[in-house]
Amino acid sequence: MDQRASPLLMTILLVGVAFLYLPMLVLIGYSFNQSALVSVWGGFSTVWYARLLHSPEILDAAWLSLRIAVTASTGAVILGTLAAVALVRFRRFRGRFLLTGMVNAPLVMPEIITGITQLLLFISMLNTIGWPHRGALTIVIAHVAFCTSYVTITVQSRLQSADRALEEAAMDLGAGPVGAFLDTTLPIIAPALVSSWLLCLTLSLDDLVISSLVSGPGASTLPMVIYSKVKLGVTPDINALASLIIGVVGACVLVAGATLRRAERLRLREQQCAERGEAAS
Amino acid sequence: MTVADSRPAPPPAPYRRPRFARWMERHGKWLIIGPPLAYLLVFFLIPFLFALKISFADLALRVPPFSDILTVGANEHIRVALNFANYRYLFTDDIYVLSYLYSLRTAFFSTLICLLVGYPMAYAIARASKSAQNILLMVIIVPFWTSFLLRVYALEGIIQEHGMLNWVLLHLGLIHRPLMLMQTTPAVYLGIVYSYLPYMVLPLFATLEKLDASLLEAAADLGSPPWRAFLDVTLPLSMPGVIAGSMLVFIPAIGEFVIPSILGGPNNLMIGRVLWDEFFSNRDWPVAAAVSIVFLVFLAGPIAIYQHYNVKQLES
Repeated sequence: MDQRASPLLMTILLVGVAFLYLPMLVLIGYSFNQSALVSVWGGFSTVWYARLLHSPEILDAAWLSLRIAVTASTGAVILGTLAAVALVRFRRFRGRFLLTGMVNAPLVMPEIITGITQLLLFISMLNTIGWPHRGALTIVIAHVAFCTSYVTITVQSRLQSADRALEEAAMDLGAGPVGAFLDTTLPIIAPALVSSWLLCLTLSLDDLVISSLVSGPGASTLPMVIYSKVKLGVTPDINALASLIIGVVGACVLVAGATLRRAERLRLREQQCAERGEAAS
Repeated sequence: MTVADSRPAPPPAPYRRPRFARWMERHGKWLIIGPPLAYLLVFFLIPFLFALKISFADLALRVPPFSDILTVGANEHIRVALNFANYRYLFTDDIYVLSYLYSLRTAFFSTLICLLVGYPMAYAIARASKSAQNILLMVIIVPFWTSFLLRVYALEGIIQEHGMLNWVLLHLGLIHRPLMLMQTTPAVYLGIVYSYLPYMVLPLFATLEKLDASLLEAAADLGSPPWRAFLDVTLPLSMPGVIAGSMLVFIPAIGEFVIPSILGGPNNLMIGRVLWDEFFSNRDWPVAAAVSIVFLVFLAGPIAIYQHYNVKQLES
């Protein structure tokens, strides 16, 4: 479609975008408010940011969340890529229907149900085989389970567009199936792996419901600490924390997006050159 | 092989690959399929079976607080004690039926608002130039990456009594008393629309972008006014996007916990909150498991619709 959008449509779009961003911008603005009251502007100050550095509760939770997120996303990328390869490359196998269902279901399953059922499993396992103890470990296990779906969906669409002929050519030239995959297909799906790893990272860092349900005493992730503070009321230090997180995530997304797009353009150009039989410059 | 050999060489014996290679050939794919299949089976599917089992158990005063269904009796007979009381209880105590209906209503209206706001947005993006499209899509996607919890919290800052919304409306003279939006149902609607809008816009955009503009020109040439062309051409063709987007908002919105818990009042009875309380405050796990199972059964319909359209869209 390349008809011009009407002014009315453009206005709705701009209002919608403003609606998406305004609350976050206001939040960032208030994080520099000296006054602890939202209604009063007490002058510019970074006092709440400084207070963050002296809040071991928040720092510990942030560190725990980060470790959980990195572990879970890495695990999810490995499992999710395997599942994507299985679904795209092996047309028929026993359990294909099951795997498709289990990959798609977590995307729409309410977190609270996933969390409760997983908790029930962990409790039963602990009672029968004495493992796993509830805490960071169970959070990681639960996060890997729902993150895997996102990875599979992302990598799957990428794999479908990857040209199988490259891999076959590599195998004709003597590479084993694994080597051929690693040399030809992996670089093509690499951007999907990176972006899904980042997506898993944010999903895991953000998860409140599942973490709260499957966690045990002592393991409080950042969202759990934020939630309990928000429920308690006035929270100027959370303003500062939220602004930091929004800022860091926003910057990362922009940089990652730009980098991935550039890598993609480069790859396409090289591919075109190769197809024309020229050397890529 | 000997050097001086005049006889024709015997046909080479069929090359037998090492046993490992043969095994790999036949079963190697299970090294790829196996790990994700096993993981999701154990940590995603089997938990539901456990929930099913526990939903038939009695509440017990121990840790974990439910009885065993299977017990080995004194005479070595396995005794199965299925307890349907948890399910009966769901339908005798109003709170579960009411909260389910209430969640459905909340999710329905929020999805409707999301659709009404998201459709024109997706339409405008689909009609923008290619370079503007990339930027606009980025703008829609970035909030999707930022923390859900923090965005709900940010919204609270805007709509609370001394928040920005009331300040603007008061100064414009549109209202004379601050709106008490917090802890009301409209605040929950607003929260869901705010949080899930990108989920609505993206699938809508995906179908609207593919729409062939010449169809609209044809409709105009045949004398169709734009609104008529929209109803006859654009809307039916974008139906897959409408349904995918609506389901992506509707299904998680029914089970939403964070939004009603922060923005809704203490009397807001969305099923997610009731489940949470059943679990953490009442510690009645068998009933919570039964609520989850019934909830899941009710969700099966919308999930099936979503999958159906999702698969269709992937195939086209």
